[in-house]
Amino acid sequence: MSDMLSAAFITVFIATVISQAMPLMLAAVGETIGEQAGILNLGIEGVMLVGAYAGFVATLISGSFWIGMLAGALGGVAANLAMLVLNVSLGLNQIVIGLAVTLIGEGITTVLYLQNYSKSPASLGQQPKLLIPGLGDIPVVGPAVFQQSGIFWILILLILGLAFVLARTTWGLSTRSAGQKPSSLDAAGGSVIRTRSIAVVVNGMLVGLGGAYLSLLTTATFSPFLTNGLGFIAIVITMLSRGRILVVMITSLVYGLTVAIGPALQLIGFTVPADIIKMLPFIIVILMLIIFARSSVVPPALGTTYIRGAR
Amino acid sequence: MNTDTNAAGGIFQGFVRSVVPVLLALVVSGLIMLAIGSSPTDFFAGVWKYGLTGNNWQRSLALMSPLLIVAVGLIVAFRGQLWNLGYNGQYLLGAVVASGLGPILFGVMPTALATIVVFIVAVLAGAVWSLIPAILKAHYGTNEIITSLVMSFIAVGVVNLLIKGVFKDPKVTTPQTQVISDDNLLPFIPGTQIHIGFVIAILLAVVAQFVLTRTSFGLRVDIFGASPKAARHVGLNSTWMVILLFAISSGLIAFAGSIDILGQFSYQRADWSPRYGDAVMPLVFLARFRPVAAIPFVGFYAVLATGGTLAAQQAGLNVDFLLVIVGLILLSMTITEYIGDRRRLGQSYLSPGLRSSLLRPFRNGSQRMSV
Repeated sequence: MSDMLSAAFITVFIATVISQAMPLMLAAVGETIGEQAGILNLGIEGVMLVGAYAGFVATLISGSFWIGMLAGALGGVAANLAMLVLNVSLGLNQIVIGLAVTLIGEGITTVLYLQNYSKSPASLGQQPKLLIPGLGDIPVVGPAVFQQSGIFWILILLILGLAFVLARTTWGLSTRSAGQKPSSLDAAGGSVIRTRSIAVVVNGMLVGLGGAYLSLLTTATFSPFLTNGLGFIAIVITMLSRGRILVVMITSLVYGLTVAIGPALQLIGFTVPADIIKMLPFIIVILMLIIFARSSVVPPALGTTYIRGAR
Repeated sequence: MNTDTNAAGGIFQGFVRSVVPVLLALVVSGLIMLAIGSSPTDFFAGVWKYGLTGNNWQRSLALMSPLLIVAVGLIVAFRGQLWNLGYNGQYLLGAVVASGLGPILFGVMPTALATIVVFIVAVLAGAVWSLIPAILKAHYGTNEIITSLVMSFIAVGVVNLLIKGVFKDPKVTTPQTQVISDDNLLPFIPGTQIHIGFVIAILLAVVAQFVLTRTSFGLRVDIFGASPKAARHVGLNSTWMVILLFAISSGLIAFAGSIDILGQFSYQRADWSPRYGDAVMPLVFLARFRPVAAIPFVGFYAVLATGGTLAAQQAGLNVDFLLVIVGLILLSMTITEYIGDRRRLGQSYLSPGLRSSLLRPFRNGSQRMSV
């Protein structure tokens, strides 16, 4: 293989890894914020789909990817309202609500998509790339990493900002204490309900953004059941990352790598059945669960409703 | 606590608490249909027409067979506080055993024997598939919700590979298995179009109800479900219990898949998944993990699903709208539960173990002695 081909090949490969990893990264960071505050949101599969669909429709109507991303975030927050009201405020069962949100999200986005777009499937096309001067000129890696859309950079900044805020600020401390020991947060004068509510809203926003990134930038279109279990992978990654957002980012890139391997093999002449490519991330996830099962911890108050004064 | 010993009032309240969530979900789903520009009256009239009238009630009863077996499978695991959510993959594994192995076996042995072999292999396939979640749960306390879901996605891929590969019917271009001829399918109940899988499912529910509520095994499952620690104290091997319950649950769900192919579909396409478990799961909660009580709920959903497929098209919807209705049943169930708790209506659907399984997804407290 000539140098030209392999350089172009590696560029495409790295770009694919990033574009596949981003939706998962956003969803897993959102789930991390939720879990740190004591909310295990099993509904993020559905929330992602709602974000993806909302972003898709908004981009089609407005023509702007930025408005699409905003709509995805709002859609995600809206889909998380059920968790906010029923679990955080009323204290109802998280697992049941989460599964319900997943089912409703899957059902409603499929019905709406087929009702409105099945006759003329729409593609969104390419978002203009933002070339970072200097860095973008680095051979091979430059075009892959530093020629992303502006949306990519904003989201990376958002994730890094959240990592800092969660680890180093009072808000982050309250959030983590709502998951570790809600009663001490309450005793210290913080509000468990308010802290968890904010966490659920941030969770919905990021998961919705993840869905929108998937439909707007990764696939550039929407299709029913687009996420295909990505939400559940995000939950596993969250559990394995123990609340460290940088670990979430790295693990998500590993996922992107497994997804990108399939098309890459096809480029060099191996044909891999699509079903194996779809299965690969799940196989890796189950292997990670088998290997790291012992060392994972989750916040002690995960899944519990805080009732003041109750033991 | 126990409605069985209470007066008729308790049973009535329990009934109200089971039916209200369904009604509430139907009303809300009607409003959603209005909001997205479809006609709820068309939809529900269609469900009635295509689900019950004419000979359609027979199709609904035939659909009850896999649904009810999946329900029993879920109940076995849920009673032991094991949340087996890998049902979609387990169902497909059982189905592919029937649709792939079936045609080969029917060629070399008598129909009755081949049918029994298919059923046994399907149950074993389902049981083996549940081993990884079960062992991880038993040894490390890894959250079985996540592991069983992930295994389900892998199963879907394996099944698709099988249908596109070794089990593909070479005579057709679309990836699907060979069609099993009518005389090799399960026989009908005389005088109807309902295959005997329906009878098997009802019998299974009755037997499961007896085993779970009237035998020492059932008591052990309940003790284990109530508190794995208590189960240890009375000498139950919790590792073995987790593996056994998961295997029975998953095996039954795979059995439902095989019976559905041999009774109803006669072949299997790639990328096909009826997702019965998603629909059955809320019904199982409403039936409070009692197999016989699940029968009417499953019957209701069978009519909704049978009629809903055509009715959805008529009302300008897609059949996936049923997922919305199921999700709404789950939500309204928790809301009814909340109001019910306030008014002390009937008995709770949700057991404390569901919460504690969340508390320690990766660490199984039951595995260690308390300090």
